[in-house]
Amino acid sequence: MRRISSLKIKKAATELARRANFLLRKDVLASLRKAYAGEKNKRAKNILKAILDNAAIAAKEKLAICQDTGMPVVFCQVGQGVSISGDLKAAINKGVEQGYKKYCLRNSIIRDPLSRGACGFSPCVIHTDIVKGNKIKLILLPKGFGCENKSQSKMFRPTASVEEVKGFIVDAVKSAGSDACPPYVVGVGIGGTADYASLLAKKALLRKISGKGSRLEQELLKRINKTGIGPMGLGGQNTALAVHIEKYPTHIAGLPVSVNISCHALRSASVVL
Amino acid sequence: MKRINTPLEQNKISSLKAGDELLLSGTIYTARDQAHKRLAQALKKGAHLPIELKKAVIYYCGPTQRPKGRIIGSCGPTTSLRMDAFTPLLLSKGLRAMIGKGKRSQEVKNAIRKHKAVYFVTYAGCGALLAGCVKKAHTVAYGDLGPEAILKLEVKDFPLIVAVDSAGRSIYGED
Repeated sequence: MRRISSLKIKKAATELARRANFLLRKDVLASLRKAYAGEKNKRAKNILKAILDNAAIAAKEKLAICQDTGMPVVFCQVGQGVSISGDLKAAINKGVEQGYKKYCLRNSIIRDPLSRGACGFSPCVIHTDIVKGNKIKLILLPKGFGCENKSQSKMFRPTASVEEVKGFIVDAVKSAGSDACPPYVVGVGIGGTADYASLLAKKALLRKISGKGSRLEQELLKRINKTGIGPMGLGGQNTALAVHIEKYPTHIAGLPVSVNISCHALRSASVVL
Repeated sequence: MKRINTPLEQNKISSLKAGDELLLSGTIYTARDQAHKRLAQALKKGAHLPIELKKAVIYYCGPTQRPKGRIIGSCGPTTSLRMDAFTPLLLSKGLRAMIGKGKRSQEVKNAIRKHKAVYFVTYAGCGALLAGCVKKAHTVAYGDLGPEAILKLEVKDFPLIVAVDSAGRSIYGED
């Protein structure tokens, strides 16, 4: 067994808070630059320029890319050959909390969803997975709620057509419209169970934007960009930067579909210990 | 680029048309969900308000913590529609302009027309960029709400796009 201390995990989580919130992902930046170069609508082009300028200022001046530093979502992949000393989840929560404090991010987390109460920096939403190997991979996805609020899920009949599923995905983006900071990255989970489809949709946001994608992803991206919603919802060719679909086997009686939209400030950072 | 200063007098607002781009300088107040709820509750009770709403500009914003040596942290707009339920009441008490992101309800558009107010949008998801336009910031109310407290900001050349003008016309069109 390889031993990894919870202290090491905590320190790594603190550093992820800095990287994820100050430094926009390279693939997201490249995709935004491509959108800027190709955009013909003048106002949309100006907005894309502001988005690129914002990312540069954030990196240079060590400011959060967006003031909504999100609900910190952590994907933790623990190798079977690892033995952790101490409390894994406490280390992640503490590490992220310290990072959010140290780097002056936002205390957007309230203790009780109904009675609300004072704002804090944690806890994170933690998804832990046991995988092969003797390492730990930590991924931090600070998920802003302007876009999280636009998430949609639907349990389709198993006899539903693929066209109906496509329509649901495009409609979810239309219903997010101008509100959730387009151009979006659209995460989609299809299959599994209701909860698992939602998790897949969120995980789909972690996939690198490659400009390639499956035929279905390409088709949906074209359809979404034809809506003309555009950056800030003020028109243009770039309503989404990418559509990422993750699938999983499901039951004969159902077809769960979940859409998790990310704003243009799609932030995540990872580390392998 | 057109420049405009607070206070926003009626003639200045009437000259603005949906789609106009301008730079705002002067005093604005941050307020988002919980601050709106409290302002509305205070108004309904007839209690004293912690800010003067007459001719005020409210910015739907909850900044990050303030980094040492800086005036303010990242401070972009939040989604305006969550404030829609409270907006007609605030407009009836003199609120003149709002800054946020995204569409407004028909009720809000009607109230904007009725009270000859204006709704602006600014660069969404660009809080680091917008922090550069803030020259002064301090908490004036509801400090216990943390990032949802009301801050008084002095801004210089804050970039805006008129999204709903005083005639109720929307940049997003009718829907």
